[in-house]
This record gives sequence, C-alpha cells and structure tokens, in this order.
Amino acid sequence: MNLLSKIAAAGALTLIAACSNNDPSALGGAGGAGANGTLVPGSPSDPRSPAYFQQTVGDRVLFAVNQSTLSPQAQTVLQGQADWLLANPDFVATIEGHADEQGTREYNLALGARRANAAREYLISRGVAGNRLTTVSYGKERPIEICSTEECYSKNRRAVTVLTGSTLG
Amino acid sequence: MMKLLTSLFVGLTLLAAPVHAQSGPLRLEIDEGIIEPLPFAVPNFVPDGPAAAQYAQDISRVIVSDLTGTGLFREISADAFISRVSSFDAPVQFPDWKAINAQALVTGAVNVSGKRLTVRFRVWDVFSGQELGNGLQFAGTTDGWRRMAHKVADQVYSRITGEGAYFDSRVAFVSESGPKDQRRKRLAIMDYDGANVQYLTDSAAIVLAPRFSPSGDRLLYTSYETGQPRIYLLDVGRVQRQELPTEAGTMSFSPRFSPDGRSIVYSLSQGGNTDLWKMDLATRQSVRLTNTPAIETAPSYSPDGSQIVFESDRSGSPQLYIMPATGGEATRISFGQGRYGTPVWSPRGDLIAFTKQNKGRFHIGVMRTNGDEERLLTASFLDEGPTWSPNGRVIMFTRETQGASGRSALYSVDISGRNLRPVRTPDGGSDPSWGPLQN
Repeated sequence: MNLLSKIAAAGALTLIAACSNNDPSALGGAGGAGANGTLVPGSPSDPRSPAYFQQTVGDRVLFAVNQSTLSPQAQTVLQGQADWLLANPDFVATIEGHADEQGTREYNLALGARRANAAREYLISRGVAGNRLTTVSYGKERPIEICSTEECYSKNRRAVTVLTGSTLG
Repeated sequence: MMKLLTSLFVGLTLLAAPVHAQSGPLRLEIDEGIIEPLPFAVPNFVPDGPAAAQYAQDISRVIVSDLTGTGLFREISADAFISRVSSFDAPVQFPDWKAINAQALVTGAVNVSGKRLTVRFRVWDVFSGQELGNGLQFAGTTDGWRRMAHKVADQVYSRITGEGAYFDSRVAFVSESGPKDQRRKRLAIMDYDGANVQYLTDSAAIVLAPRFSPSGDRLLYTSYETGQPRIYLLDVGRVQRQELPTEAGTMSFSPRFSPDGRSIVYSLSQGGNTDLWKMDLATRQSVRLTNTPAIETAPSYSPDGSQIVFESDRSGSPQLYIMPATGGEATRISFGQGRYGTPVWSPRGDLIAFTKQNKGRFHIGVMRTNGDEERLLTASFLDEGPTWSPNGRVIMFTRETQGASGRSALYSVDISGRNLRPVRTPDGGSDPSWGPLQN
C-alpha cells in the first residue's frame, strides 16, 4: 500500500504557488480575526499560530483499516497544511503515525510509519522542504479515543502533523 | 547473586520395595493428551528446627502450586492424609498413600543454618512403592527459597513426565498501568509464576516487546527514550542498557536474539518502509535481510539458527513466511482465513506459535513449520504476542480487554489448548518473553 501512496503523491507534483508566503489571508478558511476584529497573537484567531494550524487548517488525516492511502479529504487537509507551512517557513513539523488497537503491536508500529510517511510525501509533493518534516510512529501505543468501536478506531488511525519548532516561539 | 548448588544426596540409600500390581513405572505421557490430572501429595517438608519451619511450609506450597499449575497434576489435600511424615528418613507408609489414591508422593526436609538453606527431597511412585530417581538436595541462601522450591518441582515434573521442565525460569514483560490513552509502561522481569517482580526501567519512555537472550543474562527491547523507537540491549544482572546503532532510518524495533546470542535480527523503517536486518553484536555491523516495499517484522529464529520465520504483508495482508537466516527467498506458510502475525519458533523446533486475527477476534495458535495442522488455542477480543516455555509445552501471551476500561494482562495456555490461566502481576502486563531454565 505504501507504493500506492507514493504513486498518489507523485501524481500530484504540480506545485501550487498561488499563495503569497506573507499574506495570511491567502491561507483560506474562516477565523482569521477575532469576533470583534482584534487579533490575539498565538491564539486560534492568529493565522500564524500553531493553534490556528491545529484547529482551523486541521492537523490530522484519517485512514481506512490497515491502509495508508490518502483519501481525497485527507489530501485536502494536507494541501491546507502545505500552504500553511509554506506561509510560515519558521516552523518545522513532526508527523506522528498511529494505528488503532486492532492489530499486533509491532505490525502497527510499521503501519504507523507508513501512514506518517504517506502524509510527509504528500506535503513534500506540495512544495514543503523535506528537511522540515520528520516522522515518528506510535503504532497503537497512543490512542486518543479509547472505546473499542469503529467510531473510536477511525479517529485513532491517523497521521498528526505536530509543529515542533519556530523562531516565533 | 545467589549461588545455587546442586548435588546428589549421597547419604540416602534406596529402599528395596516390592513391585506392586502396576504394569509399569509411574509415567505421565503428556503427548497423548491428558484429560485426568495425576493425583499427588506433598506433605509439608520436615523442618529440622524452628528456623526452618516457615521455609518448609512455603517451599512445599510452591512445589504444589507449580505442579497443579500445569493442569497435569491434582493435589490431594492434607486433610485427606492418613500418614503424617515427621521424619524424612522414616520409611514411607505406602498403603496409607494408596488408600487416598496419591499416585505420586514428594517427601522432603528443610535445614536452615544462618542464611544457608538446604532442601532435600525424594519422589515416590506410590503404587509400585519405589522411588522415582534418586534423592537430591539443593543448597543456597534463604533469599533463594522460591528458586529451590521451583527446582524441586522441576525434578518432580521431569521424573514423572520424562520431559524438560520450566518452573525455575523467569519472564521479562512490560508492566502497564493507567488507562489506554495514558498508559505508562515499564520493563520488568519476574519469576515465571509472577513472584519477585523487578522493574528495569521507569515509565518516562514507552518500552515495548522485550526478548530474553538464550542464556537469560541479557534483554533486547524497544524504547522511545530518544523520541524515536530504538533498540536497546540490557544486562539483566547489572541493569545497564545501551542503545544499539542501526542504519539511518526513522525507527528500529522488533529485535530478537539468534540462538547463539551473538547476533540479532530486527526491523528498520526507512521512508515508511519496514524491512528486516541482522546485526552482529560484536562488530555492531548490520546487513539487510529483506528488501521489499512490504512491511517485514516480528522475526524469530529456528532453534538451530538456520532459518527465520517472520511476518510480512507482501501478499496484501499480514502472513507468515520462512526464509534462510542469511536472507533470500521466503516461503509463505500461513494460508488460513484472516491475518497472521508475531510468529515464534518453538524451542523444540517443531511448531510455530502465532497471533491470528479473524472476524474481529484474536487468537493464539500453533502450526507446523510448513503451515500444516494449524490449531487455535485461545480466542478473545485481543490476544497477541505468544512466548514459549523453555520446554515448549506452555505458551504465555498478552490479553487485552476491550473498551475504555480495557486492561492488559498475561495469560498462559498449554499447547493442547487446555489450562488457560492468568499470570498474576502487580499491575497490567504485556509482551511476555519467557527466559531459559536457570542453572
């Protein structure tokens, strides 16, 4: 399946240069400013903040059972992440790959690595420099939802882009 | 470290006893499938003084617990005893033990002198009125009383079944506490029965899947202490660990020793792809064993070191494969329905234990090394990660219960599929690795 994801990533090599790196309004999405027009630096209303990245751009993509293929929805989220990272070049990111609990521990570690890498390759295909993106897999060791139903499992099969450094502090 | 000396107890003379109406000597043929456990009696070992009294009682209890825990033996309670054994050297009153249908009888004596503990014992075939093997004594320090009890039980088990035993052995595992989304994990070792737990790491970093070296002196495991999964080698006696250097990649995990303990095989992920590598522990040099775009992990050597069984999803779903230990062409051996993982070669060489996932359930199973005669031994919401007892009769594994309050625990099961039982640990437990019989 990682071959498939590589092919998907290679097919999307056309770089989108529409966004100006210095123009936050080009990031798209709602919530660029606070309700009364004030912008609190570092808050979710600040388009340059990690909180904005996490909540408005969307820091995670989800996967089907045992798969690492990026769905169209996942590709849309990653496109937003790529745009944000290109607009905010001071940030670097670690992409965490995760699996649900329906699998053996070591296989799920490898599966999480596949998922993290699929997200990383997509971001690279959209122009983000590879040296800004590291990956780690947690397998099934770090679920965010702990019920044992598909509703929870689907949220645990994820790749989460965690911003890990910025000169903005 | 305790020194345990084993010696023939030469002061004993064999009793000449008539052979009774039993067709042969006492022998439990466990390969034929035991339905009815063999009844046995262990009258409290005779203490030679007040200092030995508690030890004598405790040692007797551990021997009974070891034997009954196999599911192959049934204890006859002391309430039923007709004879009292108040002297180790007095003749055994066989009619009294026959009357309560004790087929095997274990008698013993305990001496404590300062910190030194000596255990003597004999195993009797009640119906023939003969001793099985010779009287033996074990000597050590009082701290090691449980090990001496396990050694006696190992002798009893071996003499009656004719097979190797497993009671004087240890298990490495991951001790788990906290809910599933905040689980804290620590590396630990314990006696096979859950006693004497010793923690080897704190819970600051996730630790996974320890593996005992063939001689039991070292452990391999995976830890996130650098932030990335990496493999570590730990000296059990000194509790000193070192990271093993691997090729550049995002993570290394799933390490296992070769049977000679000189090299390891492990998984390395590079660019999202996971392959198997082998490292020489003396030179720390690694060579690649597989090179496919599929996931290859969970390797396990054959006991002779010539082959490796592993898990790969090269066919589209995780299945079991065997390849030469040097790499090369792999042969698929699992063909049943579902997904197969975590293969572990039996110490006898004849079977491979595995985890199977099918129709929403998990199983521990065994198959022949060519994939024939697959048998599922367990079924639950989540069973995984089998490890073999030193004699290849028993499999220990992880069982996790479902839902938000789900907890993981260690269980063991006989390879017949009988005698499923929990292994008592202070907190939750996972990823057991059963070490060798100790010297």
